[in-house]
Amino acid sequence: MTNSLTNPLLMGAVAYAPKVVTIWEGFKEYFRRHDLEFDYVLFSNYERQVQAQFDGGIALAWNSPLAWVRADRMARACGQVATAIAMRDTDCDLTSVLVVRAASPVSADLSALQGKTIGFGAIDSPQAHLIPLDHLRQQGLVAGRDFTAKRFDVLGGKHGDHIGGERDAAVALMAGEIDAAWMIDGNHQAFSREGVLPAGATRIAARTGLYDHCNFTVSPGAPADQIARFTGLLLAMRWDDPQVRPLLELEGLKTWLPGRTSGYALLERATDDEAFYDAQGNILAADYRY
Amino acid sequence: MTPKETFLQPTIDIEDLGLDAGAHLLIKHGLLGVAPGESITVVGRSPDWDGQLSAWCRSQGHPVVLSTQDGRLQAQVTRGGYDAGRWRGALHTGHSDASVSGAVADKGLAAWGLAARGATVEAGSPPMQFRLDQKSEVWSESAADLYAQAVAAQWSPDAVIDWKAEFELPEVVENAVVQVLTYMIENEVAALVVPARFLGQLHPHFREVQALLAIQVADEARHIDVFTRRVRLKGREPALSTAGGQASLKSLLDEPDFSVAEFLLSVLGEGTFVSLLLFLHAHAPDPVTRQIAMLAARDEARHVAFGMTHLLARLETEPEFRTRLALAVQARNDALAGTSGLNEEVFDALILLAAGAFTPTAIAQGYLRVQQLMRDMAEGRQARLEKLGFGEEQAAQLSSLHTRNFM
Repeated sequence: MTNSLTNPLLMGAVAYAPKVVTIWEGFKEYFRRHDLEFDYVLFSNYERQVQAQFDGGIALAWNSPLAWVRADRMARACGQVATAIAMRDTDCDLTSVLVVRAASPVSADLSALQGKTIGFGAIDSPQAHLIPLDHLRQQGLVAGRDFTAKRFDVLGGKHGDHIGGERDAAVALMAGEIDAAWMIDGNHQAFSREGVLPAGATRIAARTGLYDHCNFTVSPGAPADQIARFTGLLLAMRWDDPQVRPLLELEGLKTWLPGRTSGYALLERATDDEAFYDAQGNILAADYRY
Repeated sequence: MTPKETFLQPTIDIEDLGLDAGAHLLIKHGLLGVAPGESITVVGRSPDWDGQLSAWCRSQGHPVVLSTQDGRLQAQVTRGGYDAGRWRGALHTGHSDASVSGAVADKGLAAWGLAARGATVEAGSPPMQFRLDQKSEVWSESAADLYAQAVAAQWSPDAVIDWKAEFELPEVVENAVVQVLTYMIENEVAALVVPARFLGQLHPHFREVQALLAIQVADEARHIDVFTRRVRLKGREPALSTAGGQASLKSLLDEPDFSVAEFLLSVLGEGTFVSLLLFLHAHAPDPVTRQIAMLAARDEARHVAFGMTHLLARLETEPEFRTRLALAVQARNDALAGTSGLNEEVFDALILLAAGAFTPTAIAQGYLRVQQLMRDMAEGRQARLEKLGFGEEQAAQLSSLHTRNFM
């Protein structure tokens, strides 16, 4: 670990939307207000961000669940440990839903999906591609063999953070271009509010098991005292504080929780079964561009 | 859960309504009935209602536990503290009804922003700076009444003016009417721009004053429109605009103090203008000009009334402000000393207009009428100044210093 990590504490984040700058500038101000020298580096994709966690570039990263899986595998491969120190309350126990038009013949046993075209999000989206593929595989349905997978790829390397792919799939579903569409449960609510999914026009045919989403992943060898200070200040952020609340609202949480790694089992399995990364965290997906 | 708790815990049945179709409203309403940390039971029968409920509760910060009771799936939703947290430290902004004691604050706070007076404003809302944020600077108790009168007295030019009335004036008289109206239009533009500038600087807390200024601006826009239509009625274009006239009006635009501007524009300027409009109503040579002069005079009288009540209120609490008003008249007179005052074209046009014909007898009568107009204007100004508490002598002196441009 180089000295560049020690002062200030340097964090990586992926620039999936312009608001990311607003969010981390706000956090930087918050940490500095509390005497923690903190700065952030923006990456255009999670793959380079995770790699930077192993070449001394950043002490920690705000990682997608798939980036966590990769960081964890890369750490283990070289005998080190990556830890997840904190996550949002809204990162815990998520589900993805398979939405069909109300009149669809697809029922709970999903057998009617045979031969159908199913819409997915970006190739690297845990919630709208990898975990849904895994869910169907567990039901005996394999993409390319039992159904046609149509991907709505938006911004490769962002691990599905940009919800454009899921929205495109929802629009295609309503246009009759596909027979079903996967999306994270929160986006299902959002698309309902927006009218992309008109009330009564669709129903949920399947729901995945529970999984966890983003976390702050500490790079192996990061300075423990600064990480501890960072974690303490993060967990002390209060929704009731009008200076802090706008940041929490932008980042989509009410409160930070201590990190846990028990919620990534579905994604671990999907990563292996869909051959996205190998056990050392090397990228296997052939058509993945980021 | 004990039977007693079961009995006490409210149950919300969302029936077959999904959370993708509005069921969250029923649950929110149910949660408002219990304190943070307390729970309600939710049951439903739409497909996947429990999954949707879990996702919604996560996004709202309400813990949820699913269980089966008597063979039926139910959810225990605990009210989180976040909705209340948003309103901790919120700001109160008086009352919507200005007649309630304490309804209108002495100072409108930047943190209140654009919120309705009486609303509760979330802490951390972006502060907005309004230069006119002191009640004493802008307030008039009569603003709400005058606004209501103004709304009731709005008129549509097409409905109330007989634009098709038949008349034909001698060319020289028509020219005089066009010249007088050209002059009046630029005066009305000043009377529009001055309150419009203050309107954008006025704290929205003083809603009644804001509304009155807004409708005053609309009044002036209508006057500009009807004067222009009268100019064009016989195919003319607007006539001459002088440097002296515009210099006089510019000095109104340059006044940064709301009360002083109200004094110069409304009390002295528009007050004088009412005399002019009544003169036109009485002596204009054609029915259209007479009609629009009457309609405009009624509107202008309201503007004068607001200026008077605002100044009376301010002088009551701040009598020394009278000196500032007197100095403002003197300063404006000094600033305009190098200009020619009312332009000759307008003065002559008023005589011709009041004469109605281009004969020595008619012109003699027109001249007498314009002289009377000058006396009426001066007396009106003097009366208003005395009502504001100036002594007779000072009122006469200040009236005489008022711009020769009338406005």
